[in-house]
Amino acid sequence: MGNRSVVPFGPQHPVLPEPIHLDLVLEDEKVLAAIPSIGFIHRGLESLTNKKDFNEMVYVAERICGICSFMHGMSYCMALEDIMNIEVPRRADYLRTIWGEMSRLHSHLLWLGLLADGFGFEALFMHSWRLREKILDMFEVSTGGRVIFSVNTIGGVLKDMPADMLNDFVRQLDEMEKEIRETTAIFLDDYTVKSRLVDVGIITGEDAIRRGAVGPMMRASGINVDMRKNGYGAYNDIDFEVITSNKCDSYARCEVRIGEIFQSIDIIRQCVAKIPDTEINTKVTGMPNGESIIRVEQPRGEAFYHVRANGTKFLDRFRVRTPTFANIPALTQTLQGCQYGDVPLLVLTIDPCISCTER
Amino acid sequence: MQELKKDLYLIEKAELLNIIMEKKNALWRLCQICCSYPKLEDHFEVTYSFANGQDLSNYRLIAQRDEEVPSISRVYKSAIYYENEMHELWGLKVENIKQDFHDKLYRIDVETPFLVKEEQKDGE
Repeated sequence: MGNRSVVPFGPQHPVLPEPIHLDLVLEDEKVLAAIPSIGFIHRGLESLTNKKDFNEMVYVAERICGICSFMHGMSYCMALEDIMNIEVPRRADYLRTIWGEMSRLHSHLLWLGLLADGFGFEALFMHSWRLREKILDMFEVSTGGRVIFSVNTIGGVLKDMPADMLNDFVRQLDEMEKEIRETTAIFLDDYTVKSRLVDVGIITGEDAIRRGAVGPMMRASGINVDMRKNGYGAYNDIDFEVITSNKCDSYARCEVRIGEIFQSIDIIRQCVAKIPDTEINTKVTGMPNGESIIRVEQPRGEAFYHVRANGTKFLDRFRVRTPTFANIPALTQTLQGCQYGDVPLLVLTIDPCISCTER
Repeated sequence: MQELKKDLYLIEKAELLNIIMEKKNALWRLCQICCSYPKLEDHFEVTYSFANGQDLSNYRLIAQRDEEVPSISRVYKSAIYYENEMHELWGLKVENIKQDFHDKLYRIDVETPFLVKEEQKDGE
């Protein structure tokens, strides 16, 4: 038996933009177990329902995360719309889908950059983030914000995108697609990248289910699950296939996310071609009473929203289970048996968003 | 078992482990466990959510303030984090959690559970 030791990983670590702590039990260089601790940036956003009314909570929900900000706001609004039996105008559904897919593009490009940075490929990191910057510019043009957009409201959206803006976005995405293909080809084909990703951090499909994994983490283990197939927003009008891989390793997770980048571009094209010309929001009256459970596919996976209202302006319960929280058990599984040097990379492969996790 | 609304069932404590085993054997994934304390009712509501593909099933258990609920972490290992979270932040008593973090899953400085803290504040 080798030397056993416990090594702390995080909360401050070069690969972690946000704090999470892992106690790594090592035998020489091999990880035997990983015990996580979270809560370093816990903000208690769920309990703000005691102080903020259900309309103000839209803006609280948007602040759960800086990357999936739009989708958190959208999910919260969808839950309230379900409770209050509000039918959202179809154009608002399409606009939400377009902004949602742009969020996915920006999140996956951000992740590719962080991954490249994680294994020391700085040029690739810069290229990925240069491409991401163009998506942020599109957000700024269409919403006025680059991180928090505040365009969601209960009953629809607050801002419209005119046809010439949408067509310009499609033109820009067409140009970007070529550049993204060149950049992502390096992730998929380069020897140095593959040597860090292939056969590292394997989790089988059955294990992924047992550990409750979600999103690309699960789809990279061959499980065909994508909440967009439930048909919320405009997805029931959109033709797309769920992207999966059977390789079950870190390379597969990278491959799935890259596939989803091109899929998002295609979904935006389809939305722009089909977007109907209707109102963008509907008037909401009364107080919510009842409860709703909503699941949406965020870039990192399935987000679970449970909202319960009691007929007053303050909600009884606002529960958010974010994808990163669901992927922590799967992460601890992939870390078991890995080499110590692979730990930062494996933490990155779940695309951790600690702000989301902390709420 | 009583259907409260679509895909949401109210269950008794004695039924919980049987349901959990059925779900595990049918390869359902544990989506989440949510603890809530409705303002108008003086008890905890614990909602267990399971997914299989696109399908979703939710089971709700009512627990009194001092009542213990059984842990499902020996069947679903990912339940460890939800159960520790419920105990730490809400003060729900969960018996036999496979890996008890002893209120150290969340490294927060403020006093937990929040529910007790809120009541103390109201009483002042």
